[in-house]
Amino acid sequence: MRFIVQKILYLVPTLIGITLVAFAFIHAIPGDPVLIMAGERGISPARHAELMAQLGLDKPLWQQYISYIWQILHGDFGISYVSKEPVLSEFMQLFPATLELACCAIVLAVFIGVPAGMLAAVKRGSIFDQSAMGLSLLGYSMPIFWWGMLLVMLFSGYLGWTPVSGRIDLSYYFEPVTGFMLIDSLLSGEEGAFSSVARHLILPSIVLATIPLAVIARQTRSAMLEVLGEDYMRTARAKGLSSFRIYAVHAARNAMIPVITTIGLQVSALIAGAILTETIFSWPGIGKWLVEAIFKRDYMTVQGGILIIAILVMAVNLLVDILYGIINPRISKA
Amino acid sequence: MNKAFRLRAGTGGKGKGHRRTALLAALVCVFSVGEGVNTAQAAPKSLIYCTSTAPAGFDVALYSDLYTSEASGQMIYQRLVAFAPGGTKIVPSLAESWDISPDGRLYTFHLRRGVAFQTTPYFKPSRAMNADDVVFSLTRQMDKTGPWYIYEPGQSYQYFDSMNMPNIIKAVTKLDDYTVQIELNRPEAPFLADMAMDFASILSKEYADKLAASGKKGDLNMKPVGTGAFILTTNQKSVAVRYRANPDYWGNKPKLDNIVFAIIDDGSVRVQKLKAGECDLVRSPPLNEMGALRAAGTIKVLEQPGLNLSFFAWNMTRPPFDKVEVRRALNMAVDRKAIAAIIFYGEAEMAKNPLPPVGWGYNNAVPAPEYNPEKARKMLEQAGVKNLQFDISITPSGSLIANPKRLAEMLQSDFAKIGVKANVNMVEWTELLRLSRDKARNGLAMMGWAGDNGDPDNFLGMLFSCGAMDTVNNAFFCNADYDKLIMAARQNADIEARTQLYYQAQEILYREQPVLLMAYSPNTAALRRNIRGYHLDPVGLDFSTVDKD
Amino acid sequence: MTDISQQHISSAGLRAQALREFWYGFSRSNGAVIGLIIFLFFVAVAVLAPLLAPYAYDVRFDNAVLQPPVWQSGGSWAFPLGTDAIGRDMLSRLIFGAQYSLFIGVVVAGLVFVFGVAIGVVSGFFGGKTDMAIMRLMDILLAFPALLLALLLVNIVGRGLSGAIMATIIAFLPYFVRLSRAAVQAEKSKDYVTAARLAGAGRFRLMFKTILPNCMASLIVQATLAFSDAILSVSALGFLGMGATAPTPEWGTMLADARDFVTTDKWWIVTLPGLAILLLVLAVNLAGDGLRDAFDPKLKRS
Repeated sequence: MRFIVQKILYLVPTLIGITLVAFAFIHAIPGDPVLIMAGERGISPARHAELMAQLGLDKPLWQQYISYIWQILHGDFGISYVSKEPVLSEFMQLFPATLELACCAIVLAVFIGVPAGMLAAVKRGSIFDQSAMGLSLLGYSMPIFWWGMLLVMLFSGYLGWTPVSGRIDLSYYFEPVTGFMLIDSLLSGEEGAFSSVARHLILPSIVLATIPLAVIARQTRSAMLEVLGEDYMRTARAKGLSSFRIYAVHAARNAMIPVITTIGLQVSALIAGAILTETIFSWPGIGKWLVEAIFKRDYMTVQGGILIIAILVMAVNLLVDILYGIINPRISKA
Repeated sequence: MNKAFRLRAGTGGKGKGHRRTALLAALVCVFSVGEGVNTAQAAPKSLIYCTSTAPAGFDVALYSDLYTSEASGQMIYQRLVAFAPGGTKIVPSLAESWDISPDGRLYTFHLRRGVAFQTTPYFKPSRAMNADDVVFSLTRQMDKTGPWYIYEPGQSYQYFDSMNMPNIIKAVTKLDDYTVQIELNRPEAPFLADMAMDFASILSKEYADKLAASGKKGDLNMKPVGTGAFILTTNQKSVAVRYRANPDYWGNKPKLDNIVFAIIDDGSVRVQKLKAGECDLVRSPPLNEMGALRAAGTIKVLEQPGLNLSFFAWNMTRPPFDKVEVRRALNMAVDRKAIAAIIFYGEAEMAKNPLPPVGWGYNNAVPAPEYNPEKARKMLEQAGVKNLQFDISITPSGSLIANPKRLAEMLQSDFAKIGVKANVNMVEWTELLRLSRDKARNGLAMMGWAGDNGDPDNFLGMLFSCGAMDTVNNAFFCNADYDKLIMAARQNADIEARTQLYYQAQEILYREQPVLLMAYSPNTAALRRNIRGYHLDPVGLDFSTVDKD
Repeated sequence: MTDISQQHISSAGLRAQALREFWYGFSRSNGAVIGLIIFLFFVAVAVLAPLLAPYAYDVRFDNAVLQPPVWQSGGSWAFPLGTDAIGRDMLSRLIFGAQYSLFIGVVVAGLVFVFGVAIGVVSGFFGGKTDMAIMRLMDILLAFPALLLALLLVNIVGRGLSGAIMATIIAFLPYFVRLSRAAVQAEKSKDYVTAARLAGAGRFRLMFKTILPNCMASLIVQATLAFSDAILSVSALGFLGMGATAPTPEWGTMLADARDFVTTDKWWIVTLPGLAILLLVLAVNLAGDGLRDAFDPKLKRS
């Protein structure tokens, strides 16, 4: 328990640093927030000065930073310069879409990557091992934005099997309950809605899963190989346990520790991947939202968005740390 | 093709509850029985309009982009006067009639009676639209001390300001409940047309008062109440905006029950979804898709000349672009035939005047721009220009030019042929705005201009008069003779006389070459064959007469 | 005893032997050799680009716009891999594109290596407050996904190829600093370092001449990873419209221009630039795997 508290306390200065970095980044990006709000017809210098004062942008930077921190402590991440909506509320509206996509991708990556990695380790040197590792390297080297375009061209363009973009066929509509379309479509009871959602999810999930799948497969294989070489495995074999028991129970359980860590570390990669995947598939999630905000120079959205993401990444890393400590008590004492 | 399309009434907007559900969704799946009642009618008629960009907000006076105009100004709100369907003639709308004083400075509007504001889950009007609403809607934009001048941090009534309304309008007065008088500081010929534009939309004062009393002023922009044919039901962030028909609409009852604005940013994807039957209507499909769309049996293509102009502005304050020979030479280096074919796919008419030929005032006697790289090179030499280098500043995408980068690369290679090095400078649009207003800018800035009231002044006056140098006169063209013509035309109500003045103005522009003209893009729409009653408007979007079989 | 470090670097014979052993380890993996061959092929293409390319990469052929590759009907030998949306030869653009991608890889991997190692070694060696401050800063940067960080940075330093390269360098730096710090810390307490310190070696000498060479192997492997990641990252920025400017034939930027054609039958515009990226990155990763195996015999056997 003390270990957990310690970890969290350790994060506080980092968290402050993150707000500082986010704030500094946004103020280093050239551009004029007032012009963004004013729109394409321009604005008189007098009105410009008025708006700067209204937004507090005429104050010294340190004052702006302090009031920014004050707002964040009150759960206020600012108001988008473009849509004039609170950044946090926009994030919350779009986050379920990203989460649903990321969950599907990680499920795909784990359910294919872990068994493939284990099998490759058990059958080391076999054709399966070689081709699995070859494919894994291919996946790891994949420019996923191109991979997405290629899949769309093939499956949506030439074959017409999958939709080009979006989350559901436009003719369906139901109020979001959970924000997860897979669940909401079932709840809505509309015929065909679920399958429409599933068809929309296939390609983006594959694209987003590609790199984590490659990493997880490789990691599982090497973790498994290490475990298979340990003494207790030899003992188990010597005791005449069935090979299924050996692999599935003893080896797999111990190999899981580094694998879980790897999966946890993919969160950051998933967000980076979501930026590209959502852009290709026009997926209404936070990745596309951030790219658009960066393009439109919507400073408040970018500042709030990257802060929320950084906090999220840190929280997941903390969770992985704690989980690791629980599975492997040796670490927590060290 | 359309599957069951149901609409849940009684769940307006997306306030706190939404945020909470999203949070919960991350942890557990919560099943909550919808509090609304299903109002599934026999066969509700829904139209899915696929568009590229979500509206920025719903108080249309705060914005100036096309998408907000369509989703808010055109769907939800109405104005004192309107443009006649399919044209730019001014017809009555919320005002049944009007009188203009002989000196052109007093406009008296007689309001229509019995116009109800929309009833929504968040507002029930207790009275019909009256003079108070009109006075409120206009004065809030000019009364700097008023409670609604700034109701959200950083907002501004940019359209009103940019149309110079604060200087044109002296006062808006209620004469009685159904009569409003607008007094101008000086006569202004396009004023009536201005009153048909989105920024002059009529909002409910009763609703605004209620919001102010409950401390929720921001809702004026998020939860709109207008008098139009359709009521906003849901705004799904970057996915879709949904409307239902307004049962209390004063005009002919809309034939559609629901309208969905589906946001799909990629033009070719919109076309694909139209072909697949997911979209019912797409406006301005990518020009390269036009051929295939015309050939598709299930789809109908509507076309009319567009009230718009794409061009690149030179910077006339910076040498050597201050010399007319240099501008002429550079314009002459551009192979517009190749651009017409490769960028506009032969679908757009290349421009020779900065005024499109749709309305009145177009001077057809002006010669078309010449293409002659040899002569251009010599002219540059004679002007003593050597090793010229400049930027072509563009945005990643544009509404009139789908792929500006491609066009800029063509210009780049055309200029290279006469020994001029042009750099393609791709920036986001606010940066382009800043650059285009920067007198130190080196080179061309991409511009697209869509007319919003059909008056030639909307092009020739807005884009090239000395007074507009801080806003949209981005070539910084300031010519005393030209300004005299424009001013004279503004204060003259006689179309014949104004036409002559505009003819002369266009001749000056031809002589001076302040910009590199591109094209007048056609106003187009592609729709499913079962959609009836949709007509193209040069400005605006009207679904009240549309029906679906 | 005192001269261990010097022996390490001065003896030419030993070095040659090490190199032979290294090559033996490397060439045992077929993948690594294939990777190296493909990589050298790309290098040759990049170097000889002006000779190999049929045209300049920015010359337009107005009457051959969107022409398909030679084997498809409508194609011609004039443009073996077809032309792009404004009539430029795809083959020439791809060939010149190799120059940019290799340049990106070399510059990013090289600079990340130099700066990352310098900071990491200093941090790991000095420990204490310096270390703490540096690592905190790196923790902060690591909380942002690398692509997001690069995306922000490229908007600060300015869009374009050099901006994208600089942004990628900064975004990759924390990973390298962490690695080299960890490597230095692991080595620091070993006997030979203590011996060198007792012999009176200066700090600088200890850091960069005694400790660093012994961590080199794993750092070089990481540098090859940075090389391929850099190509992916800069092309991703190009794809998002924040990379190389027109008419530069950078492959990621070419893909950004190809987005309009995803739902059309102009497959060559969409497919070829990405294939080039994939091949180059795959080659570098294959070679990187081989390097790791050659440097680290323990991993190789497993």
